Amino acid sequence: MRARAIAVGGALLLLTGCGAADMTKQASPFANAQGAKSVTLSVQSWVGAQANVAVAQYLLEHKLGYRVDTVQVDEVPAWDALSQGRVDAILEDWGHPEQEQRYVKDKKTITPGGGLGVTGHIGWYVPTYFAKQHPDVTNWKNLNKYASQLRTAESGGKGQLMDGSPSYVTNDKALVTNLDLDYQVVFAGSEAAQITQMKQFAKEKKPFLSYWYAPQWLFEKVPMTEVKLPAYKEGCDADPAKITCAYPHTPLQKYLNTDFAKSGGKAAALLKKFKWTTEDQNEVSLMIADQKLTPENAAKKWVDSHPSTWKAWLS
Amino acid sequence: MATVTASTPRTLPSGLLKHRAVHKLLLIALAAAVLVPLANAQWASGSWPDALTVDLTGPLGKVSDWIIDNRDSHPLFLYFFGYVSNAVVISVRAVYLVLLGAGWAGVTAFGALVAWRVAGVRLALGTTAAFLACGLLGMWVPTMQTLALMVVAVLASVVVGALLGLAAGLSDRMDRILRPVLDTMQVMPAYAYLLPVVLVFGMGVPAAVLATVVYAAPPMARLTALGLQGADKEVLEAVESLGTTARQRLLTARIPLARKELLLGLNQTIMMALSMAVIASVIGAGGLGDRVYQALASVDVGAALAAGIPIVLLAVVLDRVTAAAGDGIERPGRAGWAYALVAAVAVAVVGRLAGRLDWPGSWTLNIAEPVNRAVDWMTGHLYSGVPLIGGTADWAAHFTTWILDPVRDGLQALPWWSVLLIVATLAWLIGTWRTALTAVLAMAAIGVLGVWTPALDTLSQVLAAVAVTLVLGFATAVAAARSDRVERLLRPVLDVFQTMPQFVYLIPVVALFGVGRAPAAAAAVVYALPAVVRITTQGLRQVDPAAMEASRSLGATSRQQLRQVQLPLARPALLLAVNQGVVLVLAVVVIGGLVGGGALGYDTVFGLAQGDLATGLVAGAAIVCLGLMLDRVTQPTERRTRKGA
Repeated sequence: MRARAIAVGGALLLLTGCGAADMTKQASPFANAQGAKSVTLSVQSWVGAQANVAVAQYLLEHKLGYRVDTVQVDEVPAWDALSQGRVDAILEDWGHPEQEQRYVKDKKTITPGGGLGVTGHIGWYVPTYFAKQHPDVTNWKNLNKYASQLRTAESGGKGQLMDGSPSYVTNDKALVTNLDLDYQVVFAGSEAAQITQMKQFAKEKKPFLSYWYAPQWLFEKVPMTEVKLPAYKEGCDADPAKITCAYPHTPLQKYLNTDFAKSGGKAAALLKKFKWTTEDQNEVSLMIADQKLTPENAAKKWVDSHPSTWKAWLS
Repeated sequence: MATVTASTPRTLPSGLLKHRAVHKLLLIALAAAVLVPLANAQWASGSWPDALTVDLTGPLGKVSDWIIDNRDSHPLFLYFFGYVSNAVVISVRAVYLVLLGAGWAGVTAFGALVAWRVAGVRLALGTTAAFLACGLLGMWVPTMQTLALMVVAVLASVVVGALLGLAAGLSDRMDRILRPVLDTMQVMPAYAYLLPVVLVFGMGVPAAVLATVVYAAPPMARLTALGLQGADKEVLEAVESLGTTARQRLLTARIPLARKELLLGLNQTIMMALSMAVIASVIGAGGLGDRVYQALASVDVGAALAAGIPIVLLAVVLDRVTAAAGDGIERPGRAGWAYALVAAVAVAVVGRLAGRLDWPGSWTLNIAEPVNRAVDWMTGHLYSGVPLIGGTADWAAHFTTWILDPVRDGLQALPWWSVLLIVATLAWLIGTWRTALTAVLAMAAIGVLGVWTPALDTLSQVLAAVAVTLVLGFATAVAAARSDRVERLLRPVLDVFQTMPQFVYLIPVVALFGVGRAPAAAAAVVYALPAVVRITTQGLRQVDPAAMEASRSLGATSRQQLRQVQLPLARPALLLAVNQGVVLVLAVVVIGGLVGGGALGYDTVFGLAQGDLATGLVAGAAIVCLGLMLDRVTQPTERRTRKGA
């Protein structure tokens, strides 16, 4: 096996000429099929991130003449891909202190690209129809009263608090334990599963309690009200095991690969200036997720109707 | 785990068999009487003792940090992995450019002509229809990307697999060393080794291709070894008596004699590679899998299906063509091939000259919307409020509360040593002391890895899903074995079930059964059912016609025939069906993790999503151990009578 590996390695050396093969300089084999300038953007699995990328892609392609490839990756692997230059930019990051320390501060392979203009917030939500019937459910202190109504087969004898994709930031297990709540955290395992379940509950006007985040297009389809957790203070989430406070409001950030930020020309300049509001993002997200437009058509619609916003990015 | 051949147990006189089983039970009881009090005194009962676990979080975390820190500078990466990665990128790109350059007409013509030469006119028409459907669905370019990736991955898998298979087929010692390695390669959930591959190669196509090779090479290796070992002794002796060298014997006799197995290996490898090509979209493989995955993000079943159908079509076409090549008696002449090639090239050139390389955008059907409407209507009506029987949501809740919960709680309440005892007993009764030892060690390894409790949770889900699969599968198979028409109708349905990327039906199962372990079980049943039905049907049909005739002449009703003749005589096939059912259900545990199955499946997904090597790999390893254990407990093996049999 080893002998063969060496032989294969030797053959490859002969094939490609001598010297080091730098893996950070390899693009996708499907990129540049027509030999154009190309930019690779990473898309995260939620629709808001798709909306950012769709608009950026539309502008890069139609106003600046780039070819854009998109890769869908989970958040942490996306940081890794960004540091290697497999993707050129992440347009919406919800805060990954460990990765920032490693790639931005220590290795300097990633450069902050400024704010996206959207503020993200994670919280616990109940559907508005349920909150209207029982206004006191929106305070965490009263949650135990409603545990029996929020039971499912999966949560056993307790109430169900539904979490979603394993790639999202969550302290829910610790919160349930530390706040003494009679709830079981049930992980849906993917956002698609979580949204499908929430829609089913909403169709039947059943109560549910779920981890969710804003900005998100689903609020337009299933109106939800946030359950107040103990207020967030700087540093109260330092020790994950002892958390008893709500999630912060995070100004979402953009990150660029360092080489791309230096030599990416007009594309890098556009991505650095890219900044829009929560309403803008939601408008595009809804077109994609609810009206089932292709991301490209949704982006075109938004670009056609908001010229003043994006012209500032190109100046 | 494509164990294609089942060793049929020799039928021993039943008295002897009973005697042996009693013997084994007595021995186990004796061992238990000695060991259990000891274990109990040392580590107490209940769940797996902490004293016997090894925490791998630290070392695995260090490994992943080392890789990230040295990836851009260490010679191992610069002079070895870098070149591997380059080679993959260059070859995939080359194939992709050729496919794009041939244009849609050229590719379709080439595919159809190859199918015609290998398998006849009907399949050629089928192939044409399949390619045109990919274009009609607006998926031409992603289909070509997937095809390019597949061509490279399958070629690499076949080379690697054939070399391993040669080694195993020619040397018994190699065979013994390789067997557990191949087992592990195949039971390891694809998801679990996406992460290490991504760490080394980064996101993208190289990682996807290599993960695919690891996953798809084993069946080729197995079948190559099998073909070489099964060569006719007399032919070999005849060849030897002609005074040939070992190499000549291999090239002129052994390999040609193993042609059928080699082509079956190719067929299996292609199928595995295609299923992996979809899963690899999670690490940026692009192509059709990526379209399915992106459709999931906006909860769009229709769009996922539009990308899923080409995958199914590709799979079915490739399966039929390679299977036909394996059965092919007549070797098509060279002339036919030459004509076919010339015709394909001509079509491609005409396409180029006409400037019609890309699939015309106006020729696409949008199926997403009607599909979504249909799915919404179906789930809306079935989810709840079906009169009399309740809706699927209620069924799922009952299934969870009455079956899954008791089984899980029961397993988790058992003292750890009693679980090992049960495993040992079952494995020994059906196999040999070796297989029993393997099963017990695999189960103990789960405890040592520190995932005893979630592993038992997963085990409970697997057992429940297998039970449902077997009930449905045997019932369907009995119907199919009795009527040709039923079997013909079933075949395309089973094909679709087996090859449809599981990502496509995540949303419908959640829409029907809610989030939790019930939809996970449902997804597993859908995936495992086809194999169980196929194997059982075949087993029932192969029952000796003389025996059937005899029983009929004795005036047995068809039910009596089934119960007293067909089922007993098809016992080996039924056992194989059980074994395959278990293995396949286990293969989709990770997919279950995406719809709320929790336990090991979720941990594996979590590991990839968070870049957490320790969690993901340990969960993956535990799934492998569960697979090994279940395989040994359900696969009858007899004592090795001949060496290397």
